[in-house]
Amino acid sequence: MEKMISVQGLSKVYASGNIALDKVDLEIKKGEILALLGPNGAGKTTLISMICGLVNPSAGSVSVDGYDILTEYRAARRLIGLVPQEVALEPFEKVINTVQFSRGLFGFAPNNAYIEAVLKKLSLWDKRNTPIKELSGGMKRRVLIAKALSHEPRVLFLDEPTAGVDVELRKDMWQIVEELKADGVTIVLTTHYIEEAEALADRVGVISHGRILLVENKDQLMHQMGTKELTIHLQQPVEKLPDALAGYALRLAADKQSVIYSYDTNAERTGITGLLADLSGAGLLLRDLQTSQSSLEDIFVDLVKD
Amino acid sequence: MNLHAVKAIYFFEMARTFRTLLQSIISPVISTALYFIVFGSAIGSRMVAIDGVSYGAFIVPGLIMLTVLMQSVTNASFGIYFPKFIGTIYEPLSAPVSYFEMLIGYVGAAATKSMIIGLIILATSFLFVPLQIAHPVWMVGFLALTCVSFSLLGFIIGICARNFEQLNLVPALIITPLVFLGGSFYSISMLPPFWQTATLFNPVVYLVSGFRWAFFDTADVAVTYSLLAIALFSLIFVVVIALIFKTGYRLKP
Repeated sequence: MEKMISVQGLSKVYASGNIALDKVDLEIKKGEILALLGPNGAGKTTLISMICGLVNPSAGSVSVDGYDILTEYRAARRLIGLVPQEVALEPFEKVINTVQFSRGLFGFAPNNAYIEAVLKKLSLWDKRNTPIKELSGGMKRRVLIAKALSHEPRVLFLDEPTAGVDVELRKDMWQIVEELKADGVTIVLTTHYIEEAEALADRVGVISHGRILLVENKDQLMHQMGTKELTIHLQQPVEKLPDALAGYALRLAADKQSVIYSYDTNAERTGITGLLADLSGAGLLLRDLQTSQSSLEDIFVDLVKD
Repeated sequence: MNLHAVKAIYFFEMARTFRTLLQSIISPVISTALYFIVFGSAIGSRMVAIDGVSYGAFIVPGLIMLTVLMQSVTNASFGIYFPKFIGTIYEPLSAPVSYFEMLIGYVGAAATKSMIIGLIILATSFLFVPLQIAHPVWMVGFLALTCVSFSLLGFIIGICARNFEQLNLVPALIITPLVFLGGSFYSISMLPPFWQTATLFNPVVYLVSGFRWAFFDTADVAVTYSLLAIALFSLIFVVVIALIFKTGYRLKP
């Protein structure tokens, strides 16, 4: 797949000496959704801010659709829409004016039909003449997205788009992201919510201490790093596990009526067949079986911990 | 050149002006009226004419300068400080806009507002004193140059200011004294010789003098010096702004 953004050796050392980003390399493909996960202060926002031109890089280079963000900043930035983490809006201005302002700022001629479509998509059309200070927090977030979309960007950066947003709006935003992806827009989002990355992303990047620890296809990542658990529900409760099963990584659940077996999906043998045979050999009758995979959250916590 | 962006910034800033137009105009008009009542009518009636110009008329250019300088610095500093304060500055900084284009938009809007207020005060003056303008084109030219020049200064202040107090500090502590001591309400020839020389170091003297020349064809210093002074201020301010932009000082970490 063609690449949209190429980050090479990007570093940022702030005047305070704080190394926010440390020689980051990253390629983002056209049309994909990349979720950047990382704890607070990991460097997610710094990375996005540098690509968008808000922070001067200390070293390294970035190109957007082949345009260097410093030497060809006009061409590069025209392609980019940014939804910042903080809600920053001119409080006294009307919704529609502030969205039209954004379009002009990015060098696009006025297009009332397009702006109307954007506002309608974000359920802001009815509020178009409302001063921003009268909007709810969720509505203000929608205005930020409308501003970012006002100039038909090919890449959209969403910096924690759903932080502090209610469930309904979050689902709405996910829907919008899906629609933009369908239109071929490349989307980079940072998030604290693992379920967001899990629901939306094609690939997941994990940042910690200014370094990218990994960038992986989401499904592959969950597959690769995931351990699975097999829960075996028994017909009758048992006081303790039979000695014949001591060779397996088994534990007895608190209800004494189910046994949990952890295994690695990538191992040559999962040991399930043998376990089931040995269970019946030990005289335990099975009632039900259930498997569960570790979530992205578990994987993430594991990664960042090291 | 991203003309759409320059227009967007300019009109967005002007919209702010028009939202608060009434308060923007009422305050300078009232204070000007007060100056005319106190200096023009009460004190002025006992003053002799200066260079053949009645005192009430003599102070008109100085009064306009006083307001225009204050307004230019205040408008421009607020215009750039406010987006920094509320965080909306992220947008122009991440847009395909050069610093020069940003400057035209922000400073252009601030200068336009000061110019409008300057002209309104001029119109108000006609209500109080009989007034003739000897060089109307020059008058407008001086006014425009002063507005632009001091809006550039305001832009610098707005970028450097860390809080609202600092924003008000420069106009209150520097501009007002310089204007009052810069011959707004008197001719510097009325001062003792030492102060006549000392006052030549006050940049505002050149602005007021040149502006007054455009009205009455008389000046404390030669008009050429006035023009050179405005050019010099603008140049200094532009160089400082270029340095700010080059380093990203207080704009980009």
